[in-house]
Amino acid sequence: MAFVLTEEQQLLRDTATQFFQQRVPLSNLRHLRDTKDPYGFDRSVWKEMADLGFAGILTPEQYGGTDFGPVGLGLVLEQSGRTLAASPLISTVLLCGAIVQLAGSATQRQDILPTIAAGETIMALALEEGPHHNPTHIATTAAANGASFRISGKKTFVLDGHIADKLIVAARTSGKYDDKSGVTLFIVDPKAEGVSITRTHMVDSRNAANISFDKVAVGEDDILGSIDGGSDVLEQVLDIARIGISAEMLGSIQEVFDTTVEYLKERKQFGVPIGSFQGLKHRIADLFAEIELCRSVVLDGLAALEARRNDVPQIASLTKARLSDTARNMTNEGLQMRGGMGMTDQFDIGLFMKRARVAAATFGDANFHRDRYASLEGF
Amino acid sequence: MEPIEKFRQETRTWLEANCPPSMRTPYGDDGDTVWGGRKAVFNNPEAKIWLDRMAKRGWTAPTWPKTYGGGGLSKEENLVLSQEMRRIKARVPLASFGLWMLGPALLEFASEEQKQKFLPPIVRGEIRWCQGYSEPGAGSDLAGLQTRAEDKGDHYLVNGQKIWTSYADKADWIFCLVRTDTSKKHDGISFLLFDMESPGVEARPITMISGASPFCETFFTDVKVPKENLVGELNKGWTIAKRLLQHEREMISGMGLGSGVGSSASLESLAKDYFGENNGRIASPALREHIAQQKMDAKAFALTLQRTAEEAKAGIGTGAASSIFKYYGTELNKRRYELMLEILGTQGLGWEGEGFTPTEIGITRSWLRSKGNSIEGGTSEVQLNVVAKRVLGLPD
Repeated sequence: MAFVLTEEQQLLRDTATQFFQQRVPLSNLRHLRDTKDPYGFDRSVWKEMADLGFAGILTPEQYGGTDFGPVGLGLVLEQSGRTLAASPLISTVLLCGAIVQLAGSATQRQDILPTIAAGETIMALALEEGPHHNPTHIATTAAANGASFRISGKKTFVLDGHIADKLIVAARTSGKYDDKSGVTLFIVDPKAEGVSITRTHMVDSRNAANISFDKVAVGEDDILGSIDGGSDVLEQVLDIARIGISAEMLGSIQEVFDTTVEYLKERKQFGVPIGSFQGLKHRIADLFAEIELCRSVVLDGLAALEARRNDVPQIASLTKARLSDTARNMTNEGLQMRGGMGMTDQFDIGLFMKRARVAAATFGDANFHRDRYASLEGF
Repeated sequence: MEPIEKFRQETRTWLEANCPPSMRTPYGDDGDTVWGGRKAVFNNPEAKIWLDRMAKRGWTAPTWPKTYGGGGLSKEENLVLSQEMRRIKARVPLASFGLWMLGPALLEFASEEQKQKFLPPIVRGEIRWCQGYSEPGAGSDLAGLQTRAEDKGDHYLVNGQKIWTSYADKADWIFCLVRTDTSKKHDGISFLLFDMESPGVEARPITMISGASPFCETFFTDVKVPKENLVGELNKGWTIAKRLLQHEREMISGMGLGSGVGSSASLESLAKDYFGENNGRIASPALREHIAQQKMDAKAFALTLQRTAEEAKAGIGTGAASSIFKYYGTELNKRRYELMLEILGTQGLGWEGEGFTPTEIGITRSWLRSKGNSIEGGTSEVQLNVVAKRVLGLPD
């Protein structure tokens, strides 16, 4: 029964719900934004999340993780989406931790995974090179130089890039731009010579950076997985991340929906609650239907990851497309239904709208995933 | 062996021995559906054999109690039966409003005598029922119905008109909402059963935009109905009516996953046939994206049906999702037919005759038929009102 949580999972969800509501309410994000916090998230909160086992949720117990699996991680991400909690869950756990777990050598796993689970190491994946997600649009090169390599190129939209302790960089060791083969993953020290990092301030007040690499030297030991074999690893990890960020979006969508319904009951015009108007009723009821479908696909996506089903790519694209679209519609409607007050910074709806757009663009928007779904289905 | 596995083995063996070969083939056309009744038509003699064998075991109504001719199966056993039937692609032995709508309502609300009298002939497919609900002046506002049933001592005298009575011209009996108190709205409605051969009943088929006539206008002029045919209490019929509507909506919402001609056809292979392909991709990028969207929505809807069933079985969840099934399923089915029409182009715009394949004509007619999905059994707008009020608690 993929759609029904186990007792352990219910307990985890309750813990996560309580934690985010109490320790990382939405005021936390406002504070980080207004103080221009140099880290972009609360390090002590991240340490607490690690202590609760959230940072090691995908990590096997032998590497210090809790190994709750994808369904567990989804539950935590959903709750984090309800309060727009900023944390390195996506960059460090969903992406880099998963890459190391999947492709890392025994030594690399032993070195890195325990420190991720402990909340000590922050990592960032330097993948994108343009304004649209595309895992094969890689021009950055890693030129062989004896037993070592020299990385040169420019990366953009590197989540948590400016505060990462370690970077994973996707660079070409062979092939040409847009080739699926020829991409290799390297672990790079952000303080290495030739690495230049610029923090970018996004509308959602979450961390991202542009990073350029100028003949940055890396050794054989820094390769994750096989030479030229990075794309297969990336595809698998990106599907985990696509489903994971969809779980976060589900939490945000549900929060906006719930508060919008409350607003429709409270706000009065013409002497009656505006929720009595059929023009609004039908729109919110339609969104209710869309969100029920969102919940089903997210749960199925997480279950697919957990069971290592062979339709993970399809369900990942289906989930990411549906959640991206619904997050846009829900935040647009949530704003419209709040009228002028929805346009003010004082109301939270704007923060949800901004995050919805960034989350939609992360790891491929709905257009990208409809196209990918069609290709995967053979048409 | 677990009892349920033993049941599966026995069921499999029985089906293998008793389901005739022709009943394991896909339906040819609408005429292959068996509706039973006094005027039953069997395109194929094996359809009658299959119905009789299944009815004898009560497996046309697997979960109804054996006392009333049903199969007496548990939910779990019923699931196994349907899985085993699907495994050999067995046709449904009997399509029936008696099975889908009236029966469940009678089991809940009827007297013991009524259950004994009416349920077994439904199971056996001997009596075909139709539904007397909508009236010319009572559509979405169903409780505004005006068909009168006057108390004449030993019988009720029924006068009035129903509309959209599905297959009234082919049915044997009708379950009918009548007004027994004109001073109240919802509390003046009663639930009455009567024979369509009673003097004063006339059913006139209505020609629809699809060219077919599945619905009738049904007129009642001084129809005498025995008093024992009242189900439940006098003036308390609305409760039964609403419960029966739930069964109807469940029946219709399944349509989102496909019904009608071409419902099992793959949109992408149709598109490749009618548009051509480039390197395995449908030649029209815009259409390709629409098809992807449709398939993804259908998959998400199917997963939601599955989730709700699993949650219900585990005894959790609010069941709130089921309130959207009728709305979403029918809108999805309409979009699917619009898309099919776009794929077929002018080949999907033929009415009859040469130049079009039977499948093309079938898709065109089914496209027209599909427009009714979001009207019958409660319009999409009524469904959204129900969600807004009952699920979200928004004020009137």
